[in-house]
Amino acid sequence: MDDPVLMHRLHFAFTITYHYLFPQVTMGLALLIVVLKSLGLARGDARYDQAARFWAKIFAVNFVFGVITGIPMEFQFGTNWARFSTAAGGVIGQTLAMEGMFAFFLESSFLGLFLFGEKRLGRVGHFMAAVMVFLGSWLSGYFIIVTNAWMQRPVGHSVGPDGTIHLDDFWALLNNDWAFWQFLHNMGGAVVTGSFLMASLGAFYVLGRKDVEYGRMFLRVGVIAGFLATLWQMYPSGDAQGQNVARHQPPSFAGMQALFKTEQPAPIHLIGQPNTAEQRLDNPITIPAVLSFLTYRRWGAEVKGLDAFPRDEWPDNIPLLYYSYHIMVGLGTIFIAIMVVAAFLLWRRLLDRSAWMLWILMLSFPFPFIANTAGWFTAELGRQPWLVYGLMRTVDGASTHVSAGNALFTLLGFMGMYTVLSMLYVLLMWREIDHGPRHGT
Amino acid sequence: METIWFVLVALMLTIYVVLDGFDLGAGIVHHAAAKTEAERRGILRAIGPVWDGNEVWLIAAGGTLFFSFPVLYAASFSGFYLPLMMVLWLLMLRALGIELRGHVDDPVWRRFWDFTFASSSAALTMFLGVALGNVIRGVPIGADRVFFEPLWTDFLPFGRTGILDWYTVLIGVVALAALAVHGANYIALKTQGQVQMRARQLGQRAGWGFTVLAVVSLGATLYVRPDMIGNYRVHVWGWLIPLVVVGGLVGMHHARTRQRDLPAFLFFSACLVGMFAGVAFGLYPRVLPSTLDPRFDLTVWNSAAHSYGLRVGLIWWSIAAVLAAAYFIFLYRAFRGKVTLEGDGY
Repeated sequence: MDDPVLMHRLHFAFTITYHYLFPQVTMGLALLIVVLKSLGLARGDARYDQAARFWAKIFAVNFVFGVITGIPMEFQFGTNWARFSTAAGGVIGQTLAMEGMFAFFLESSFLGLFLFGEKRLGRVGHFMAAVMVFLGSWLSGYFIIVTNAWMQRPVGHSVGPDGTIHLDDFWALLNNDWAFWQFLHNMGGAVVTGSFLMASLGAFYVLGRKDVEYGRMFLRVGVIAGFLATLWQMYPSGDAQGQNVARHQPPSFAGMQALFKTEQPAPIHLIGQPNTAEQRLDNPITIPAVLSFLTYRRWGAEVKGLDAFPRDEWPDNIPLLYYSYHIMVGLGTIFIAIMVVAAFLLWRRLLDRSAWMLWILMLSFPFPFIANTAGWFTAELGRQPWLVYGLMRTVDGASTHVSAGNALFTLLGFMGMYTVLSMLYVLLMWREIDHGPRHGT
Repeated sequence: METIWFVLVALMLTIYVVLDGFDLGAGIVHHAAAKTEAERRGILRAIGPVWDGNEVWLIAAGGTLFFSFPVLYAASFSGFYLPLMMVLWLLMLRALGIELRGHVDDPVWRRFWDFTFASSSAALTMFLGVALGNVIRGVPIGADRVFFEPLWTDFLPFGRTGILDWYTVLIGVVALAALAVHGANYIALKTQGQVQMRARQLGQRAGWGFTVLAVVSLGATLYVRPDMIGNYRVHVWGWLIPLVVVGGLVGMHHARTRQRDLPAFLFFSACLVGMFAGVAFGLYPRVLPSTLDPRFDLTVWNSAAHSYGLRVGLIWWSIAAVLAAAYFIFLYRAFRGKVTLEGDGY
């Protein structure tokens, strides 16, 4: 506990993991609210507007929690990672500042209008406000992804004699090909969370015979969006992002797959426990040659294992990296199965009567949060031991003069604060859900 | 180029103080201005649609500071580690106070969040003032361009300093008085009846308190940091800034006695802008003075990012600033006029 770098890592990991529970809801719901508002406009059906109003309330609660847990993230670059910020601030500061200037102003201004101004704006104006909130929240996601993508695959920079990293090419930074697929994959993940929430709540209302009309609407929108988003997460976005990792971070890729030895053809491990001491996978269930095909589209291709790389470039927590990746992929596969069956039942008009499916949908809502979290763990643990891949190691980035004791003090403070936040969040969400979509303005 | 970014960051912080200042101030005077449930709801309605957008100026200013002066960002944020973390917790509590109050229809629930909103607004204002006091007084930056400030030492602004000493606390109190005036002015502008009367009275009283404190703090600043006057000696046009401050203050008092709320609000905003400009002008080119040795001062020259990034940044920043201004004009126009205490407010 007296290792400051470990404390700073835990500090950031804890606060970012908690923070990202909320933006994935707001980014996902922002899209679905636009869908509801456009259905309302297109069909002239006021029930869609009422539904949008209800989801706007859920959105608003999540937005507040996202904002207040998000501000510490920007601060921590300076407070806990001062050496990283000094060296790389000229690059990552650009995109973080752009997030504030382009996305937050847009999102917060129009959210105020969207939540408080429906009467003043009129129908079309209110729809436009929803679109602007959606744009703002996705733009914000884009700038964060660009920032992270630069840390995963640094481009468009040069390193000065004093170790400071300068930006040389602004467009290269924004068009990083890592960022492209990472963004699409990440936003797909947010839509999965949003659509599972909507479908889950719809199932709850239908099963409870309460607000059944709205329950059916939520099921329809949630299941269609969820069907598209879960498939999108596997192909093309997940597939492409996996290839990015294989191409640019081969040791991380080997770590994710727990591929200790280079193999040709390489098998895929479905289940098993990495044993780093013995450098093998215990109790594996394996399909031969599949990893070669997925990575290089050739059944006989060689995939480099960890043994092909020097030990000090290995990710420093291979078991957790492996589990994170497998939890993400495993849950993603289960989501596809759920949504394909639900979409089929919806198409055959059987979904409302299939109580078993409604139960599955209702109880499924926590799992997208786990999958999204596991996905980010995969990205961040895979990047280790680097803070900026190939440029700066994590141990060299932390603030030197903020002691482990001070960092532990504030970490405990955040834990206490977030415990209170969690209780309030559950209370507020339950009240909105219990209130139901038919009541209130 | 570095100077342009110094001006822009200072400008963003000033806008933050003027805009978020009035909703922080509304929190400070919340209990004094509004007594009944309907009145308190009225105050929250007056800031409800705008406070979050106002706070974005702080985040955007932070981001802009990060990319234009990364060395300053890293040194100051890690050096002020503990107080900044407390600012974060206060920001959380305050946001919860504003947003959660209306979610449960229960008097105890509302009383709790009213208290949270008011006390966190006041504490945040104090902290921001103390932070400004620390920047003016300087911090123990060494040759390695880092420092770590404990929360307090012996409460003296010389030698081994802490975050809190009599000078920085004084600046915190000035900030508290200033935003109390600003908040009262805003409430007077946005409400009617009893609340408006009380807000006007509060604005007037706090206005006098602030005037006295401002004079005291000016003297204290020149005692703690005599070199703050240096730039004014070299560039005579700098004296326009204190003129704006005095003019704003006089105008505010004048408008207050005639019960003219909009001029009072605008005059005092000008006064706040002037005060910030005055500090920025006095500091330049320093951005964080060292108490150990002037050679270790962080200046715009030794803490800025590389010139290519600053040039590119200027292009997108200008575009974004125009867009942000447009959103804000649209937002404030949509919610112009007074809030009503009954019904849905707008």
